[in-house]
Parts: sequence; structure tokens; C-alpha cells
Amino acid sequence: MKRNILLPDTHPLTWRNRKDKKPVWIDEYRNKNGYVSLEKIFYENFSPEYIINLIKNSGLKGRGGAGFLTGLKWSLLNDVNDDKQRYLICNADEMEPGTYKDRFLMERIPHLLIEGIIISAFALQVSIAYIFLRGEYFKSENFLNRSITEAYENNYLGKNILNSNFTLNLYVHSGAGRYICGEETALINSLEGNRPNPRLKPPFPASIGLWGQPTCVNNVETLCNIPAIILYGNDWYNNLSNGENSAGTKLMGFSGQVNNPGIWELPFGITARELLEDYAQGMRKGFILKSWQPGGASTDFLLEKHLDVKMDFDSIKKIGSRLGTALCMAVDSNINMVALVLNIEEFFSRESCGLCTPCRSGLPWIVNILKNIYKKNGKLKDIQYLEDLCITLGPGKTVCALAPGAIEPLQSALKYFRHEFEQLIQNK
Amino acid sequence: MNLKLKKIEIIEIKNKINHYHTSRAAVIDALKIVQNRIGWVPDWGIHEVSKILNLSYSEVESIATFYSQIFRKEIGNNIIRYCDSVVCYIKGYKKIEKKLEDILKIKTGCTTIDKKFTLLPVCCIGNCDKAPTFMVNKELYSNVKTTSIKKILGLYI
Repeated sequence: MKRNILLPDTHPLTWRNRKDKKPVWIDEYRNKNGYVSLEKIFYENFSPEYIINLIKNSGLKGRGGAGFLTGLKWSLLNDVNDDKQRYLICNADEMEPGTYKDRFLMERIPHLLIEGIIISAFALQVSIAYIFLRGEYFKSENFLNRSITEAYENNYLGKNILNSNFTLNLYVHSGAGRYICGEETALINSLEGNRPNPRLKPPFPASIGLWGQPTCVNNVETLCNIPAIILYGNDWYNNLSNGENSAGTKLMGFSGQVNNPGIWELPFGITARELLEDYAQGMRKGFILKSWQPGGASTDFLLEKHLDVKMDFDSIKKIGSRLGTALCMAVDSNINMVALVLNIEEFFSRESCGLCTPCRSGLPWIVNILKNIYKKNGKLKDIQYLEDLCITLGPGKTVCALAPGAIEPLQSALKYFRHEFEQLIQNK
Repeated sequence: MNLKLKKIEIIEIKNKINHYHTSRAAVIDALKIVQNRIGWVPDWGIHEVSKILNLSYSEVESIATFYSQIFRKEIGNNIIRYCDSVVCYIKGYKKIEKKLEDILKIKTGCTTIDKKFTLLPVCCIGNCDKAPTFMVNKELYSNVKTTSIKKILGLYI
């Protein structure tokens, strides 16, 4: 097993974490350079434009799954030159099956997220920010609320932060449980108290977002990267990574029947094989790797031969999947792929908001076909129906990415494990 | 049963409204405040919330019925939520589900006759490195084995 030695300049997200897994509260956070980045932007008179350029040049990409350049997203908000109320929303509605990185950050180092939010809000000239938190994350809610109170008491939040002209109020908005709320426009609708159906883009939230005002939505892990970039600069951040077109470090993990399932902060560019063998310590005795997903249930399955791919946005895309959340899942040879895909499609079908017909009707149809095949009641033409549905539910056919995400595991299972579908149909 | 919100609950809802630009945004908070009292949201709760937030009954109802964490029918004293997502599938949640159903003598989605437990599935609760997993109320149980379930449930009887 490789030792992961946590240092401030190599592990900006996790070096402060305690070995006893308890949260780092404000005194300990400050003893470990906490809020130094926030102090720096005021003492060194950083302008919002300067910070946005710094983040843009750092190459930081959104860690929610889509991988859009954070600095570019921020600059879209700043193109709206008016004195409108602006909002920042931290997307903490983590619900992608197989993903546990935002919970890890919020429960281990909540002040890092809060410092990231304050700096980002200053750069975007936002005075009200929300953490849209998944309703079932009770522990995260407690830890965040305590940390926010600590931040207010120490003048990191509220009026005239650190005696500057900058004022920010931060609230935790706890959701009530639906996967669709993680989609940024559905999240805005949900926060407004409307049904969380996604909104058509454009207009983008940067121009018309929360209550019609310019709004930026960033993932927890994205915001947690901001303080270190301020402290060490964009070149340092870029050089952390060995990946293609992906800067910095990433929380990565492996789950499933592996010896040491877990989560580690690693530079982009490490191979999936290193992640599986050196950190997750390979497959458990008696289990053979059959397939794996690189970053959540909505990413295409890959094979053992793909394990030498670099874990970064571009490299994973080149072999036909998505980095997603970079929390990998090992599928072992005891698992039937039809049954596994059925589990995934039942999830997506249950979580569809029902706004678009392909998603509302298509996903239950996929579930029914898969159920029939798994119960050995399928027909060969069912495979053709599934392939047709992969096209009908594909990108560009629906308002949001739920349906296109839902068909990624299905289409890759049909590509690599078609024989398992055929076996269940033919061997009745 | 008091069919009205208590003063303190109304104050709590009004405090939440202050966090937002419109009162409508506090609808989930308000429904949760109603739910905190009796575990679920009866019709009078929808009426009360709609009055305070100045929304129609059906607007509040459409929110209440959309979310999986707002209950519109009576539930048990303890809610068991077992994760039925993909990693827990690989790690054998089906056995956990069956054991829970056998011990409680109910199917998923139902409440035991003595009203002690309600059994529900939940989407991935972000505990995949410790799968299979389930929650009882706000407590998370990791690396669950079928043999330990009875003991865990005993803590809530």
C-alpha cells in the first residue's frame, strides 16, 4: 500500500484532517493556516477581478461532475455589469450513487468549505450565499451550522468581514430528498420553493438565476479548492496535476469488493490501476474485477483493460466514459450486469422529475424491459428496444442531463456485456 | 391533536423566511417544522403552511408530495432507511432488505403494526466505502451484517 503523506502544498483539501476522523473546528483550523487566504485577500487588497483571473488561470474545473472551468463560470457572472443582488449557491446535494466526497469534506473540514465560500462570494461580489444541503446529511448539517456560527463570531461572516467593506450572510438550506435537486437549475427552483423541475438554458443562472438575479452554483469540492489557490497561486495549482487539461488534486476513491474501500486526495493523472491496486489494495480474495465505473452511477462502465487510463477529465473521455465524481466502483465477476443496470435504471426512473417525456416514460420502459430480461421473460428484440431508447434518451432530447446520464451505464453494458443480456434471453 | 401550529413553530417558520427573498422559499423548512412535531404532515399542516407562506393549498401540496423526506401519511416512531443504490447492491443490500422485512414482518414502504418502525429505501447516502449501510432516524450504520440488524433495532425499542 502506498503511503499518502499529507502536506499543505500537495494535499490542499485534506492535509488538515484529523487522524481520529473528528471534524476540525475553528481553533484547530486557524492553527493550521485556516482563514489565512481570506485574510490575504483583504490585507493584500486583491480585487474581485484579480481573484477571478487567478482561478481562471489555475485551470480549476468544477468538481460536481461536468468539469466546466470554474473561473470561466465566475467571469460569466461578472460580465453582468449592474448593481443587482447576486447569489452564490454551494451545491451540497450529493446524491449520485457511488459518491461520498462532499459528505467527507463537510464532516471532516467544514471551515475549509466556509472559507472557500467567503472568498468566492467576495470575488463574485455576492452578499448572500446558501449551502444547498442534502436533507439526509444530518451530521453535515450540524457541523456546518456550528462552523457557520463560529465564523460569524470571529467576523469571517456577517457585516464588514475583517473590517473590510465586504458583507456576507451564509445560510444552510436543507433539502428534502430528490436527486434532481443536484441539477443546478432544478436546485434553484427548489431553493425558491418551487417544484424542482430543471429550467431551460439559456438564460444561464449567471444572468438569470435565483429569484431572477445573477447566480453562481458551485460544488462543495470546487469551493474547497479556492483557499489554497489564493495562498499558493495558479502556477502551483496547475503543476500539482499530471493529468491532461486537468489542474490540481481530486478526491478519488474506490468502492465495491476491494480490500480497502476509501477516499484519497490525489493529483489528476494518477492511473485508475494505481488507485485500485496501491490505495484500494486490489480486489478482495475470491472476487475478480469484471468492470468498473469511474465516477458514479451515471458514468459508462469500463473494463479491466482500461485501468491504465489516467484519472482526469480528458483521458477518461477519450476511452468512452466520464470522470464524473472520480469515485470509482469495482464490479466483480459475481455480479450480473443486467441486474446491476436494472438497479441503476430503477434509481434514475424513481428520481426523474417527470418534466420531459423521454425521461418520464422512457426510464420506466427501460426498467420494465430489463426486469423482463432478468426474469428470463425477454425477447431478442428487447435488446434493440434498449438500444433505441439509448438514442431517444440521449443528449439534447431532454431539458437536463438526468436521462443522458441514465443511459450511459446501459449503453456501455450493452457494448461490453451484450452476451449477458443474450444469455438471459436465450437460456430460458 | 392540536390542529394549529404552536406560536413557537410559527416564530421558527418566520425566522426561516428571513433567510430568503420570498416567503415561498421557506416551504420545505415549514413542512419540516410541522413534521418535527408528529413525524408526518397531515392536511391541517398543509393548510397552516399555506396560510403563513401565502401560498395556495395545492402549491404546498405539490411540494410536499414531490420530496421523499416529507411524509403525507402517518409513519412509525423510528424511520429505517436502507440504501438500495449501486454500491450497496454490489455489497449485498438485498440480504439486508430481506432481513429487515423478516424481523419487522412488513414490506418496504410500510409501518409495523405497533407503529414502532417504518421501513423505506433511500438513494445512496454517501457511505459507499462502508457499504452496505442503513440509517435509523439520524444515525448511520456502516458495514452492516444481517446478523447485527436485530441488535441495532433493539436500541430503538
